[in-house]
Amino acid sequence: MNHIISIRDLERTDIDCLLDKAALIQANCYDENSLKGKILALLFFEPSTRTRMSFDAAMARLGGTSIGVDSVEASSVAKGETLADTIRVVSGYADAIVLRHPKEGAARLASEFSSVPIINAGDGAGQHPSQTLLDLYTIRQSMPLEGIKVGLLGDLRYGRTAHSLAYALSLYHATLYTLSPKGLELPCAITEELTEGGTEIFEHDDVSTIIRDLDVLYVTRIQRERFPDSASYFRVASSYRITPELLSGVKERLIVLHPLPRLDEIDPRVDLLPHARYFEQSRNGIPVRMAMLQKVIS
Amino acid sequence: MIDHITGGEALNVLKIIGITGFTTESISVATNVKSSKMGRKDIVKIENRELRKEEVDRIALIAPHATISIIRNFEVYEKKGVEIPHYLIGVVRCPNPGCISNTNEPVPSQFEVSHKGLHCLYCDWMITNDIKNYIL
Repeated sequence: MNHIISIRDLERTDIDCLLDKAALIQANCYDENSLKGKILALLFFEPSTRTRMSFDAAMARLGGTSIGVDSVEASSVAKGETLADTIRVVSGYADAIVLRHPKEGAARLASEFSSVPIINAGDGAGQHPSQTLLDLYTIRQSMPLEGIKVGLLGDLRYGRTAHSLAYALSLYHATLYTLSPKGLELPCAITEELTEGGTEIFEHDDVSTIIRDLDVLYVTRIQRERFPDSASYFRVASSYRITPELLSGVKERLIVLHPLPRLDEIDPRVDLLPHARYFEQSRNGIPVRMAMLQKVIS
Repeated sequence: MIDHITGGEALNVLKIIGITGFTTESISVATNVKSSKMGRKDIVKIENRELRKEEVDRIALIAPHATISIIRNFEVYEKKGVEIPHYLIGVVRCPNPGCISNTNEPVPSQFEVSHKGLHCLYCDWMITNDIKNYIL
């Protein structure tokens, strides 16, 4: 069955194929009724705006319909039902399930109990493959993925989008530069695995020292709850803030990405610069998720 | 009889196979016995008890050089070593509190064994040391 659980389950050729498909969809080369009569279940046990809405919209654009729940409170999970039972039941109602869950490995477990394909839309601090695919897609719109230099900035310990992206970029022989506050570094297990696989990873604590070398700057949210008090948070957050001044003198082709929502990481004045691609990145969720739905359902 | 247990691990082996102060088996334990191969080793002898595969898998994690002999009528009937299997199902608890396998879901933990340690097949967490602390 065509589950999409982790970016690590995909080969480079699988990713390229999905990104090519998304490009065709964005160029309006697709059948609007390819999923007519099909039903997508959206099971979101954690808050989501972009991911949920873009899967919903992607399904509608392919002629299908969506059903689902938006919170634990609105589902039988509130009565103590296990995820395994929920998945067994819902897989009888739909042709595919998109799952977001606070526990790591939830999508993997769901795939063991589902009779229809599962798409992981984020499992705790684990994986978020659809976000990674649209990140790659957005980069590929500006430059080839092979051998690029990418800065990963922000909460790299708990940020699942950064984990997934780091794994995916290693398939394209990218060089990674990590920039994160103390205690929020990329987990050692990921760093070791990628390094053993031949990926070069350099750790830095000052973005200004490397930003002129980068092709892509991937910014993630630094969450306030990771800090003991507001003062510590603001002190750290301000040192990782991307401003137009910081971006002066960077490569012309540098793009700044962010999975959104952003807080203080990117100065709103950056939105006006040609380097800012995060809103375009968010919009790219539609063609990429349309390509994913076509792959798993048809 | 379980021989060539890593020195000092005999009581952990007993714990793994569910032998507590309330069991009725006749048990002999020798610890820190001199060994030409291992320097020092522990030995456990349990009467009227044969080990299940899951128990042997657990023992292999803390005593990878152990040998298990089945003795019948004062003669060694069968002797074999232990081997850590490629996959451990329901043997080890994932240390990641956020892992789905640590909830009320009806699944056992699943780990893949590699040269680096144990890899949780649900959350990708790696156990690289103190494995005995996580044995179920």
